[in-house]
Amino acid sequence: MPKVAAEAVVAVTKQAMRVIALWALLLPLVAVAEVLPPDRLDVMYHSYDGGGATIDGPSMLVRKNVADTVSVSAGYYVDMVSSASIDVLATASEYTEERTEYSVGVDYLHDSTLMNLNYSESTESDYRSETVSTGISQTFFGDLTTISMGLSFSSNYVGINGNETFSATAKNYRYQFNISQILTKSLIAVFSFESVIDEGFLNNPYRQVRYKDSSVPRGYSYQSEVYPLTRNSDAFSLRGIYYLPWRASIRGDARYHDDSWGIAARDFEVRYLHSIGSDLLLEAKYRSYSQTQADFYSDLFPYRNAQNFMARDKELSEFSSGNFGVGVTYTMPQRWLSVFEKSTANLYWDHFQFDYDNFRNVLDTDAPVGEEELYAFDANVIRLYLSFWF
Amino acid sequence: MISATATRLGLVLLAFSLCACTPWVKPYERQHLADEVMSFDRDPIASGYLNHVYEAREASRGAEGSGGGGCGCN
Repeated sequence: MPKVAAEAVVAVTKQAMRVIALWALLLPLVAVAEVLPPDRLDVMYHSYDGGGATIDGPSMLVRKNVADTVSVSAGYYVDMVSSASIDVLATASEYTEERTEYSVGVDYLHDSTLMNLNYSESTESDYRSETVSTGISQTFFGDLTTISMGLSFSSNYVGINGNETFSATAKNYRYQFNISQILTKSLIAVFSFESVIDEGFLNNPYRQVRYKDSSVPRGYSYQSEVYPLTRNSDAFSLRGIYYLPWRASIRGDARYHDDSWGIAARDFEVRYLHSIGSDLLLEAKYRSYSQTQADFYSDLFPYRNAQNFMARDKELSEFSSGNFGVGVTYTMPQRWLSVFEKSTANLYWDHFQFDYDNFRNVLDTDAPVGEEELYAFDANVIRLYLSFWF
Repeated sequence: MISATATRLGLVLLAFSLCACTPWVKPYERQHLADEVMSFDRDPIASGYLNHVYEAREASRGAEGSGGGGCGCN
């Protein structure tokens, strides 16, 4: 990374650390009340299926109070990946891999201040990530206002399967600020801000860009992507949830993202949650997302090494997506599992449709180079989980 | 600049919070707010997973309101 850029990142990091330290000192002066999260066990099966990729696996999260002021948590998560996505089919062959993540955390309640510290480690055959995060939360104004802040640091190690000589690193810093406000007897609003700083090797080492090449029959060739070594982004969101008199709620979310790579993104979500009796919750939602492309993205570069930075990652292209989801939560009679205070069974299904505005399907070999059909795909996400309170 | 703005916002909130403000929604008026249908994050394991899907498929990241993911997913 250029020295000037590195110094700028360090300066921003130090300034943000000072602000959070100041907040950490001031918050206890005006604290009112906080509580520890409840003892709880969640066991989930998750599945993503779309665009030629299938990713599924188990996940578990357990939390237990070990004293009046301390709660500990532990998580386990597995992604089993089988991918023949458009990127894989264009330049490689179908592959399978597994990602495993472990996490531990502790929440500490002290003088009305709730603090947490978490550590997680994620491992794949060619990628390893370690993350440490911490946060603080308090309520004000007779518990009407809750302010929370957090920061996290990730250290990532990137490799290439079959190439032992390649090794790279990347670091990730996140700073979060949230303010939650009770506005009326039926309305809560939350404003969130998060700043993220990345530095290091940020692209996928397998992914390639294509460029025009009249020396080969198909008219184009591939070369490796080259990304900048830093990326800074800011995101803001505003969410509101409103209680409806028949024990239901309607929720609206809006979020804006902007980053140093030239990507601006917006998403909006509406969610309706409806109760039937005391045992059943039904949920329906719709989410809309759109983004502009990165400054250095192109579906087809004019020639080899056309720019200093080059990307053809469809996640960096201009696209929009829609996401419709429904779900159900059933509270089981306590006599079924009397060892627990409460048990629920949950099934949620989300359907996504992605439409790319500047990423073409290279498998469309009938069309001239650069005029292939625009790529689009849909995906289904399943979350099936059991939750137990004890 | 963002940090300076955050500092100013914090000082304003601190000043307000030191006054003897009377909550306009009394504790006994909050039974609806305490209902689980009013939770932004009823099931962290499920919302965390969906945020992980969003981050893997979108360039946008941050301010989701609950834990995101961090991996090199393709």
